[in-house]
Amino acid sequence: MGEARAATDQAGAAREPEVVNLRPPSNRYDSRVVGWWRARLALGFAVVITPLVILGLLISPARIWLLTPAAIAGVIGLVLTVALPTWWYRVHRWEVTERAVYTRTGYFWQSWRVAPMSRIQTVDTTRGPLQRAFGIATVTVTTASSAGAVAIAGLAHDDAERVSHELTLITDATPGDAT
Amino acid sequence: MSAPPELSGTGPAHREPATADDDAPWQRLDVRTVAVTAVVFTGIAVLGGVPTTIGVGSATSVGTALAWVLPGAGLLIGVATLTDYVRWRRTRYRVTATHVEVRTGVLFTSRLRLARERIRAVDLSAHILLRWLGLVRLAVGTGEQGGGGAASQALVLNPVPRGEGERLQEMLLDRDVAGSDSRDARRLATWRARWVWYAPLSLWTMGIAAVLIGVAFQVTDWFGRGDLIVRVVLDLAATHGWGRVIAVGLLLVLVVAAVTAIAFQLEAWWDYRLDRERGGMLRVRRGLLTSRSVSLEEDRIRGVDMVEPLGGRLAGAARVQVVATGLGSQAEAQTGLSTLLPLAPRAVAQQIVREIIGPPAHEVSLHPHPRGALIRRLRWAGWIILALVLGWVGLFALGPVPVWALAGAAVLVVVLIVASLRHAYDAASNLGHALTPALLASRRGSIRRSTVVLHREGIIGWQVRQSIFQRRLGLATLVAVTAAGRGRYPVVDGSVAQIQELADQEMVGLLAPRGEGSGAGAPDGGAPG
Repeated sequence: MGEARAATDQAGAAREPEVVNLRPPSNRYDSRVVGWWRARLALGFAVVITPLVILGLLISPARIWLLTPAAIAGVIGLVLTVALPTWWYRVHRWEVTERAVYTRTGYFWQSWRVAPMSRIQTVDTTRGPLQRAFGIATVTVTTASSAGAVAIAGLAHDDAERVSHELTLITDATPGDAT
Repeated sequence: MSAPPELSGTGPAHREPATADDDAPWQRLDVRTVAVTAVVFTGIAVLGGVPTTIGVGSATSVGTALAWVLPGAGLLIGVATLTDYVRWRRTRYRVTATHVEVRTGVLFTSRLRLARERIRAVDLSAHILLRWLGLVRLAVGTGEQGGGGAASQALVLNPVPRGEGERLQEMLLDRDVAGSDSRDARRLATWRARWVWYAPLSLWTMGIAAVLIGVAFQVTDWFGRGDLIVRVVLDLAATHGWGRVIAVGLLLVLVVAAVTAIAFQLEAWWDYRLDRERGGMLRVRRGLLTSRSVSLEEDRIRGVDMVEPLGGRLAGAARVQVVATGLGSQAEAQTGLSTLLPLAPRAVAQQIVREIIGPPAHEVSLHPHPRGALIRRLRWAGWIILALVLGWVGLFALGPVPVWALAGAAVLVVVLIVASLRHAYDAASNLGHALTPALLASRRGSIRRSTVVLHREGIIGWQVRQSIFQRRLGLATLVAVTAAGRGRYPVVDGSVAQIQELADQEMVGLLAPRGEGSGAGAPDGGAPG
C-alpha cells in the first residue's frame, strides 16, 4: 500500500485538488457537547470494564485473566475518552442557510449533507437524560426520504429551541408535500 | 398554519367533517370468500396431513395416525372457515363522494376512512381460485411513505366480484383527468414468449437448485428414508465412476432449476402488458395463475432504474424498475411492485426508459469515472485474494489433507482470484454518471449493474462523501436523496472535479449564507468558526 500512496501523491499533486471544495458550515457544536461525548464513551467502557473487575475480585483463580483485559480496556478507554471528543468537536459543523440545513461531519470519512428547506417535513428536538445534564440537545431534520434525515447532535438548549422553531415556521410556510 | 409540520404532507382531507355523504349504502364483500378459504385450508390440511400420516403411520399404524390427523385437519379447516365467515359478516364498505370507508372487526370494530383524493393506486389481483369464481382482491394505496408495506396498501377489499372491482378501480382513479392528459393513452410493451429464456440466466437459478436439493432430502426424510439419496448416489458412483455421476448430476440439477426458474417467470409475467392510461397512470398487468394489476400515477415517478443482472447483461437483456414514491418499503421496491418490464432485450428496456422519462432521456450520455476508481476496486480485490491465498496456505499447513483436496482448493482459489480481478475491472468500467438540465443519471455495479435516471426535481437532499482512501485517489461520492425507491442513489467514485461539478450545480446554490434580517435571527452556535 505504501508505494501506491507515493504514486498517487505524485500524480495528485500534478493533477487536481484531492478534496471536494465545499465551504464548511459556519457553526461548531456547542462546546459542552465534548463533555457529553466523553460521558458516553466513559459509560460505554464502564459497562465492559466493571463486570470484569467485579468478577476478577471475586474469583481469585481467574483474577489475572479478568483484570488484565480490564486494565487494557481501561487504558484504551481513557485514551479514547480524552482524545476522540476533542477531535470530533473539531470536525462537526452545522449551519442553517437561507435555503437549506447543512452539516459536515467526519475526517477520515468526511460527509457533507444538505437538506433543502422546501423538502423538510419534520423537525424534532430530543434531549436525553445525559444530554440534559450537559445542557445540550439534538435537532433532527427529516425529509420524505428514509435516507434524508440530517441530525445536528450537539446544540445548546436555547439554540436548539430557536433553530427548530425557525425551521418549523419556514417549512410550514412552504407549499407542497415535499416529495 | 400552526399545525405540526408532519400534517402538512398528508393533505387537508383528514380534517373534513363527515357530513353530507352519509347516504351512500354500505355494501358487503362477496360471500364466496368463505368457500375460497375452506378450499385453501383443505389444501393446506392435505399438504400437511399426508406426510404427517405417513410419518406417524410408519411408526405406529395407519389407523392411529388417521385418528390424530383427521380431527386436526377438520379443526383447522373449520376454524379457518368460521373465522372468514365472521370476517365476511362483520365487514362493510362504501364509497361516498369524498371517501372510501371500511368497517370491520369482531371484538374491536375498526372503521377506516380514506379520502379519495389521497388515493394513488388501486390494484386488482386474483389467485387462481378467485379467478375461477370471477372474484378479485382490491387494494387501495395512498402513496404514504414510511411504515413500510402495510401503510402503502391502506385499504383492502378481499374479495369483490371482478366487475365491481373494475368499476371501483375506474371510479377511484378517475380524477381531474382533463388537466394532466398530456401524453396519449397507449400500450408501451407487451409480453413476448421468448423473453422467458432470460429467466434461467439469473443467479436465482443457483438458489433454486440448492432449494431443490434441500427439498429432495426433506421429502425422503418424511418417509423415514433420509439417507436414500446418499445411498443411491454412492451406488451409482460405484458402477459408473464419480466423474460421470457428478457431471450428470450437476447437469440434471441445473436443468431442473432452469425449468423451475422459467416456470416462475411464466407464472409471474405471462400476458404482461404495460399501458399508459388516460389521467397520467401507468398500469402493469400480468400473471398466469395469479393475475396482478398494478397501477401507478406518473406524477409519483421520480426516475427509472435499468437493472442488468450479470447473466442477463451477457445475453443483452435488462429489466426496468420504476423509482416512485409510495411504492412501500425497500423490500417491496426490490420485488414485483416496482418492476415495469421483466428481463427483456436491452433495446426494449431502453425504449421503456425513454417513454417513462420523456424527451430529456435522449440527452443522457454517461461520463466514465477516473482510473482511481479502478485502483480502489483492485485494492478491494487484493484483500479478497490475500484472504483466499491465506486460506489455502492455512489448509496446507493444517497437515494431513489429501492431495486431491489441496489441488481442488487451489483450482477454486485460482478461479476466484480471476473472478475477483475481472469483477474489479468490470465494476470500474461500469461506473458513470451524467447531468442534464432535467436529469441525473448514475450507473454502477457488476453482478447487478444498475443505471438510474432521476428527475432532478425529485431529488430532495444531497450528500457528498469522501473517505481518506478516496481522498488519496482524488475520488469522491455524491449521493442523491429521494423520497422514492431505495432513497439513496449514489454517484460512486467520480473524480473530485466531476463530483465538484455536480455539487456546484446542485448544492452550492443552497448554501448561500443567510442575509441580514431573515427569519428570527441567525443562530451563531458556540465557538467562532
